[in-house]
Amino acid sequence: MNEALQRYTEKIANAAVEDMVLNMGPQHPSTHGVLRLELITDGEIVKEVIPHLGYLHRCFEKHAESLTYQQTIPFTDRMDYLASMNNSHAFVMGVERMMGIDKDIPKRIEYIRVLVCELNRIASHLIAIGTYGIDIGAFTPFLWCFRDREHIMGMLEWASGSRMLYNYIWVGGLFYDLPVGFEERCREFVDYFKPKMVELNQLLTDNQVFISRTANVGVLPLDVAINYGCSGPMLRGSGLKWDLRRIDGYSIYPELEFDIPVGTGLMGTVGDCWDRYKVRIDEIEQSLKMVEQCLDRLQKELKRTPEFDPRAKMPRKIIPKAQDYYVRCEGAKGELGFYFMCDGKSEIPTRVKSRGPSFSNLSVLPEISKGVMIADLIAIVGSIDFVLGEVDR
Amino acid sequence: MSFEGIKTLLATKFGTDVIVGEETSGLQSALLINADRITDVCLELRNNPDTYFDFLSCLSGVDYGTEINRFGVVYHLASIPYKTQLTLKISTENNRDLADLPTFPSIISVYKSADWHEREAYDMLGIFFEGHPDLRRILMPDDWEGFPLRKDYKNAEYYKGIKID
Repeated sequence: MNEALQRYTEKIANAAVEDMVLNMGPQHPSTHGVLRLELITDGEIVKEVIPHLGYLHRCFEKHAESLTYQQTIPFTDRMDYLASMNNSHAFVMGVERMMGIDKDIPKRIEYIRVLVCELNRIASHLIAIGTYGIDIGAFTPFLWCFRDREHIMGMLEWASGSRMLYNYIWVGGLFYDLPVGFEERCREFVDYFKPKMVELNQLLTDNQVFISRTANVGVLPLDVAINYGCSGPMLRGSGLKWDLRRIDGYSIYPELEFDIPVGTGLMGTVGDCWDRYKVRIDEIEQSLKMVEQCLDRLQKELKRTPEFDPRAKMPRKIIPKAQDYYVRCEGAKGELGFYFMCDGKSEIPTRVKSRGPSFSNLSVLPEISKGVMIADLIAIVGSIDFVLGEVDR
Repeated sequence: MSFEGIKTLLATKFGTDVIVGEETSGLQSALLINADRITDVCLELRNNPDTYFDFLSCLSGVDYGTEINRFGVVYHLASIPYKTQLTLKISTENNRDLADLPTFPSIISVYKSADWHEREAYDMLGIFFEGHPDLRRILMPDDWEGFPLRKDYKNAEYYKGIKID
């Protein structure tokens, strides 16, 4: 038996004598999937949290080592299954840069990619907000969020043919062009959705009960967040303006106007659960702004033409030069990275490592939940907004 | 600070033998570091006000194939104030004996995010990190045999007496 495993077994055995060991998950509804948290508790106080992962491990890296790049794209969809478009966008961007064709992609394709990515980001944040409400006892926002998310799912299904796992963004192009009438329907959705966000804010964001449960709870200081590799809304909630869409300026993001919302400690301390929640609310607004700008371009100078073929630039064989490449981009949950190693001879990469943002975001949980109440732990877990498909890959 | 600048900085601080090579042919340049000094190098790169690589983006364990029997770890660092990125690589030879795992120093004292990434590299490739406080398997079950991402890995036929189809 491994030495560390022995230490761990002894620790649990000792804790069972003096304190109480409590298993939260893997079937607990507020662990958002199949995460098992082993809590060492002293009454209502959580002394230590030991997360156990791997219940949803589907061997993404092993699959990627035995399939071609194009065949791997559906597997990337299944990592963060709430924001599949963002995953395949990151993966495809990495392969295109290694092939040296990233500058030849037509503008219309890039705009469509960003449009569907931002729609998917809104859908992902809606789930985060809705389930966060339900975690701490607010049932209605969950139903409202799902009602609005359903419109996005419907639109993306119209474009790609499936509701959640799209396989829509391909290396060098897209599966199909947007269906006729998509832009108009998308604009209708934006007009419909804006007042709904105001309602949602009135219902949940400014709700005194909700604020009492989340403000000053689970405070994540900025230096801890950086040292633990937190990214995305988690890092921005701690007050740092760090968004790879702006820092790296990939795809067509430099052409879009948007702000980067950060946590300000409006209701409590900078970096508490309420701040992380608020960053997501604000990001939905920014994403809507980006969707509108994309639609403007797509309906004017980048209009659809009968001869436009979204698969025209697709390489027949994808064999990148021998090299290593790490691509990072801003997924819905944070910095999503893929590390490729190719030998330059085969269509199959020798190694693909995926850096899921949820993985690093979750690793800070034992640090920030020392000495909290069990009920507060639920609030902290919900505010991290991880997807187990991405933690376990 | 540029790639050349970082090279000179490390050479003057730790001597020339700390950098054992470099890869500049691809899109991203990488520095090959002497495996024993990786913790010092990371600490210096994080704390030096000229480089300030305070964010460990990714840590990947790598098996370089059955012909050369080489294992390595690749670190992707990012600097938030300077908006730069850097790749560091360390590697060692190993005979693939499961009783004698390839061993590297852990950088958990510099970056806490290395904790779970190192556990994952141990779990998947059987790379041992010296100084890691809790090097258990993370994704596979605790009693799993073998390391699935090694190039010579054979799929297990049985798990606890149950046949795997």
